[in-house]
Amino acid sequence: MVVAESKPIEEILAMVADFDKILLTGCKGCVTVCNAGGQKEVGILASALKIARKKEGREIEIEEITLERQCDPEYIDQLEEPIAKNNYDAVLSMACSVGPQYIAKRYEDTLVYPCLNTTFIGGALEHGVWAEFCQACGSCGIHNFGALCPIARCAKSLLNGPCGGSAGGKCEISPETDCVWHLIYERMSRLGQLDKMANVVMFKDWTTSRDGGPRKIVREDLKQ
Amino acid sequence: MRLNYPSNIKIINVPCTGRVDILHLLKAVEDGADGVYVAGCLEGDCHYISGNLKAKKRVAYAKKVLEAIGLEPERVEMYNLSAAQGARFAEIAREFTERIHQLGPSPVGSGAKAA
Ligand code: SF4
Ligand code: SF4
Repeated sequence: MVVAESKPIEEILAMVADFDKILLTGCKGCVTVCNAGGQKEVGILASALKIARKKEGREIEIEEITLERQCDPEYIDQLEEPIAKNNYDAVLSMACSVGPQYIAKRYEDTLVYPCLNTTFIGGALEHGVWAEFCQACGSCGIHNFGALCPIARCAKSLLNGPCGGSAGGKCEISPETDCVWHLIYERMSRLGQLDKMANVVMFKDWTTSRDGGPRKIVREDLKQ
Repeated sequence: MRLNYPSNIKIINVPCTGRVDILHLLKAVEDGADGVYVAGCLEGDCHYISGNLKAKKRVAYAKKVLEAIGLEPERVEMYNLSAAQGARFAEIAREFTERIHQLGPSPVGSGAKAA
């Protein structure tokens, strides 16, 4: 899933400093799962902003709504009625950064602000802890590395590791960070594939990644 | 046992402090409470194993939120005591009331109080 975290409240407060009435929108997708922008977090942020503004003696009206997803135009349509009926000064999105862009595209005259910092594609290690596992390079090759991704999980994205900084299973960037190349070695050794590690992995064609510009997938079988 | 505790305290019962959410604490402040505290069972004594430990973390989070928006984090607190400690209950009520008196009324407030 997309993993994100809340921007500091101070930053969000500064965004809404000039506004008296806003719509705060959450997303029931990835950001609900990573506890950053679901219905619950929408409620907490709305309350924090209201407290801060009451304290300044300038109350802010905040309406809350949490959409099924903000990365599908059909769900963004659900905002039509509240936006048409209410004269919001701005709409804030607690989805990953796809959400605010979809809202901005759909409601051309509306000011839109992001409340999250979208951080990585990853998963939960335990409740309340998430880590990066994939960098969306567009051409997955993790089968060459014991099904572990050195692009996302090695600090240097080495295709032929480990580097000299690997020590005791940890990466030189921090004793908290596993050296993925250590994990790759251990796993390939368990699988009896150590001989494969002797092969030099050639440089990667990065045109499928961001280096080829913004990406798009078109499925003719699904398109209408 | 008849013990007095300050009458400005408004008690909200929950089945276990594990039910107390960050939003409950913030809503009390938003609605004008000068302070909010959670009175949970002693650590290690939760009937549901970890309800009071969860509450402790949520209180800590609510404190952080208040701090970020420039309110004294001391307006939210977690206390632990057993249901048999009536005297301690009254003492905490006085202690917290005293703390809030020293901080003064909440700048958010309409004068309501919550516990
Ligand atoms: S808008 Fe972002 S967070 Fe929400 S479901 Fe889509 S990808 Fe996930
Ligand atoms: S120590 Fe391991 S994870 Fe860190 S940069 Fe070197 S090979 Fe990559």
